[in-house]
Amino acid sequence: MKQAPTNISRRNFLKITSLAGGGVLFGFELLANVAPEAAANAALFAPNAYLSIDANGIITLMAPNPEIGQGIKTSLPMLLAEELDVDWNKVVITQAAFDKEKYGNQSAGGSGAIKGRYEPIRKAGAVARQMLIAAAAQTWGVPEAECATENGFVIHKTSGKKLSYGELSTKSASMPVPENVTLKDPKDFKIIGKRIKNIDNKNILTGKPLFGIDTRREGMLYCMVSRPPAFGKKLRSFDDTEARKIPGVKNVVRTETVVAVLATNTWAAKKGRDALKVEWEDAGKLESTTEHIAAFKNLIQQKSEKPDRNDGDAEKALASAKKVLESIYEVPVLSHAPMEPINFFADVRDGKADLYGPTQVPGRAITDVAKALGIAEANITLGLPRQGGGFGRKLRSDNVVEAALISAAAKAPIQMLWTREDDMQGDFYRPNSMFKYKAAINNNNELDGWHLTAVALGGRPAAVDNFPAGALANYRVDGHSLQSNIQTGPWRAPTHNAVGFAEQSFLDEIAHELKKDPIDFRLELLERAKNNAAGKVNYDIEKFKGVINQVRQMSNWDKKTPGRFKGFAAYYSFSTYVAEVAEISIVNGKPKVHKVYAAVNCGQVVNLSGAENQVQGAIVDGLAHAWYTELTFDKGTVQQKNFNTYKMMRIQDAPLDVEVQFVATNDKPTGLGEPALPPIAAVVCNAIFAATGKRIRKLPFGKELNA
Amino acid sequence: MASYTITVNNQKRTVDVLPDTPLLWVLRDELNLVGTKFGCGIAQCGACTVLMNDNAIRSCSYPVSAVGTNKITTIEGLSENGDHPVQQAWDEMDVAQCGYCQSGQVMAATALLKRKPNPTDEDINAAMSNICRCGTYVRIRKAVHLAAEKAAGK
Ligand code: FES
Ligand code: FES
Repeated sequence: MKQAPTNISRRNFLKITSLAGGGVLFGFELLANVAPEAAANAALFAPNAYLSIDANGIITLMAPNPEIGQGIKTSLPMLLAEELDVDWNKVVITQAAFDKEKYGNQSAGGSGAIKGRYEPIRKAGAVARQMLIAAAAQTWGVPEAECATENGFVIHKTSGKKLSYGELSTKSASMPVPENVTLKDPKDFKIIGKRIKNIDNKNILTGKPLFGIDTRREGMLYCMVSRPPAFGKKLRSFDDTEARKIPGVKNVVRTETVVAVLATNTWAAKKGRDALKVEWEDAGKLESTTEHIAAFKNLIQQKSEKPDRNDGDAEKALASAKKVLESIYEVPVLSHAPMEPINFFADVRDGKADLYGPTQVPGRAITDVAKALGIAEANITLGLPRQGGGFGRKLRSDNVVEAALISAAAKAPIQMLWTREDDMQGDFYRPNSMFKYKAAINNNNELDGWHLTAVALGGRPAAVDNFPAGALANYRVDGHSLQSNIQTGPWRAPTHNAVGFAEQSFLDEIAHELKKDPIDFRLELLERAKNNAAGKVNYDIEKFKGVINQVRQMSNWDKKTPGRFKGFAAYYSFSTYVAEVAEISIVNGKPKVHKVYAAVNCGQVVNLSGAENQVQGAIVDGLAHAWYTELTFDKGTVQQKNFNTYKMMRIQDAPLDVEVQFVATNDKPTGLGEPALPPIAAVVCNAIFAATGKRIRKLPFGKELNA
Repeated sequence: MASYTITVNNQKRTVDVLPDTPLLWVLRDELNLVGTKFGCGIAQCGACTVLMNDNAIRSCSYPVSAVGTNKITTIEGLSENGDHPVQQAWDEMDVAQCGYCQSGQVMAATALLKRKPNPTDEDINAAMSNICRCGTYVRIRKAVHLAAEKAAGK
């Protein structure tokens, strides 16, 4: 497999980039401009927007959704290649630009791309394969049923005659498009489910310009922005006298909200930005984290107007309980901090906008830019580079709109780049939240009542239908959302990333209280949900039990090793089941995570290497943030402005190994970018409890352990 | 503005920039070597790691005026065909997720292997402090060990 356009010289590459609005647009432009009839003339067979085959046998597969590190640029084309029946090593993969008509929903979020596109994309491949068969059958004058395909050839089974897809491409374009196609039986898969390497490896490892931040265009100015220093402040006025004196600074423009310095290189732009004298004025309350926490403590003592879920009578069960367990859990605000700082290229001139850069929501970005500029969506093009991480940050279009407005004001092509400090202050944060759990233990020493009161800074505080809902006759959830002008938004596995820690830790507390093995305890509750369901059961009980039993086995859960301690949690989100065990020891008072085991049921695995990488990454990501990371506000300003104080985990604390097993199944694929993250904080904190007897109820746990 | 001639990937390059310009922005904006990345600007994340002679430096915090006659190697110049043992190992282990941090990781690993051709896990912990937001540390560790084997011709 190749990357378009590796065989093109750098000069040509740049020319094509500037022509088509982005290097990745090369193949797309071919397709976009070629109707099926015209394709015959161009000797290009392009039965749909997802693939094309030219007379030389070059097979180009489109990757429709933006690549943010979730592996979609590799895995979606794998689906096409499988059904088309081609040699993976010979296809060219091209990232599609945004085109709603052709590619439908091109967003990257909610672990949804594979789930949503599994069948449609395979069908696109199967349609093309069927047309190639039809063309060959007609050429040979034989029935289609006597023809098969293999690795880019149509073969006449009885005579052994063979034609390559390239040879058939022209003729195939004139074949009728079949209405019904049969998809491959999973037992015949040659590509789906295999270990396929990231198709951009070579480009990444040789430093090719892949990312939005790498965009370089003729006449482009580098842009740095002066943005409000606090939530609750807005731009009043500025003096750019000193900024304009910096050699290389070409222009200073303002939009309604920010001041932008444009220069011939990034450093001049930054120095110019830093030399601006900007006056900010109050535009709202200047809020602090300490006030939010105080409000949380008050709110979790109160019932909400209407419970989010209310099975049986939790209050009565608690009132008549033999024993009540009560714990309060707390998680901090987090920033998304994708490794690639926020940036975007925009060239807005003459009522047209040419945009290129990192976004998880190209569709929304175009709509929002059209509105902000007052131009038609049809006059906007948007190219999608590889992105240095998403994690939910780029589910908002703010960076696209900001760059477009600056370019419009400057009447020049610009590349806007935020510093890490800009990013830390300008994020849509993972909200901090607090959870008060109460569990009723009855006279038979059973858990029979559960009451959660949750509060979060904006957004949804609790995932209400989570296990153990369904297993408990008396179950109630109350949720409060504290309104704030500090903007919050989805962060990898929204809500689940906080709830997973709190709920799975509390279940561990209950298991210990009942003197039950934490895994046995979960299985017992699942058995109860099966035989005696209370209210809606949101999860598949057998699948849940399956991953739990699998991780028990792979981690040797029941075997005790001196000096080593294990913790367990299991979680269901994005239609995927994950059970995890961590094995730790305590070295000089600090946890050392030796190994994490994960059993995952995400339906059919598409790319085994990519899927394993997602699970390993989600586990390390979740562990990293649980261990070290927190963000606090003082009067609307973030107190951790860069990685010196906003602590990220380094390799020295990462588990030495993360072993991942996927449940063997051909069920339709479900989400995978997020589901392995929610349980890991509890897994490790439960292991810390096993090792030290200290129950961690507040993250980051590194700070708690030192407290 | 001032003129500097520095040796990058075995070529002499002359640039005209502000004297305090970090090497990172000279590489990215003046020489169009964009494989070296910006992540924090304060020598914390390692996305901007390049080699100065045989040592890893964080180019975001290294002014171009201090480079002098030292030889700079970026990811683009690590090997002619992208087949340096570290690059090969990174590909074989399929390390990258978003990939943004990986050129810095590769350069940091290259410097480590020059000093310690057969590093232990502890050596890796001590030498590799680059941040990977996607959490590829497990595969990075395996890739460093694999690169060491490859370099030793095993
Ligand atoms: S950009 Fe240089 S260390 Fe982060
Ligand atoms: S691979 Fe994304 S930051 Fe390392």
